[in-house]
Amino acid sequence: MAGQHPLGTQEPADDVLAQAGRWLDEGRKVALATVVSTWGSSPRPVGSQLAVDEAGNMTGSVSGGCIEGSVVEEALRVMAGAPPKLLEYGVSDEDAWAVGLACGGRVEVYVETLT
Amino acid sequence: MKREVFDALQSARAAKQPAALLTELESGRQAVVAAGEVRAGALQPGPEVLDAVAAAVRHDRSGRLPEPLDGTFAAVFNPPLRLVVVGAVHIAQLLAPMAELAGYEVTLIDPRQAWASPERFPGLTLLDDWPDEALAKQAPDSRTAVVTLTHDPKLDDPALIAALSSEAFYLGALGSRRTHAKRLERLRTQGCDEAALARIHGPIGLALGGRSPAEIAIAVLAQMTQVLHGAEPPGARREAAA
Repeated sequence: MAGQHPLGTQEPADDVLAQAGRWLDEGRKVALATVVSTWGSSPRPVGSQLAVDEAGNMTGSVSGGCIEGSVVEEALRVMAGAPPKLLEYGVSDEDAWAVGLACGGRVEVYVETLT
Repeated sequence: MKREVFDALQSARAAKQPAALLTELESGRQAVVAAGEVRAGALQPGPEVLDAVAAAVRHDRSGRLPEPLDGTFAAVFNPPLRLVVVGAVHIAQLLAPMAELAGYEVTLIDPRQAWASPERFPGLTLLDDWPDEALAKQAPDSRTAVVTLTHDPKLDDPALIAALSSEAFYLGALGSRRTHAKRLERLRTQGCDEAALARIHGPIGLALGGRSPAEIAIAVLAQMTQVLHGAEPPGARREAAA
């Protein structure tokens, strides 16, 4: 940790947008997922972000790990040309066991590409 | 997000301006608002939206704007929290990197150059002015914490008095209960009133029971976090590590 974030650097070690920008500069496709709303208990607050590149590399988070897998799938679709998408996750989903939130909350996540 | 929107957002953040990225969720159109003005994007927010964005930025709260504007999401990017540490002591060597990992921009003030050396604090912003002058220059705001660690009244007291005239969200002073009681006595004779003195957390830090410099740094950072989020129960101020 300390190695990635020496004393005095201006950029927090977990700056998702900065990492996304570096990926863009390298010519990679990049998608950004942002928590837009939460209801009940949810692991990450509104505004939390996850950046994903075309190879599925991730930085940041939109949950405690419960929905990242599904969000990455959507991110890959968006990077392949699908329009931006507002996703909703909650325990009431049919496939709650697979991609729901164990904590019982509900979240909306907006997925878009950086172009 | 278009590259020009991304770049406008990142340059506002680099310039430490409070910024928001607006997204109309239905259309995907976006705009960057920084320091109150629209910087980039296809979305053209009207005055009502800009007012709502200003409120979101002030409260540091991302979210859908209030109804009927709730089709628009505002992601708020405020400049980093700041921590001003007075006293380049052993605890500061642990507290500074911990606070940086927690997202604070850290400045260290100590006129004693043997203490505030770049060898002891590689890469950190070091100020060797007298603490009250250095603090005045830092202009602590409501997203700034000020911590005094020198144990020396000549350095700590002027720093605390300067900090009390600011909006700093957290003030903490290292020292035992006895030391803190004497400090409050001195500050009273300097004209500080009780309401002001009650803002100073002393003995500093949550009562985690640790004694090592790292453990005290954790106690301090934990208390800063608690106060920042208003999670401190009224009247529940407890003694602390040191």
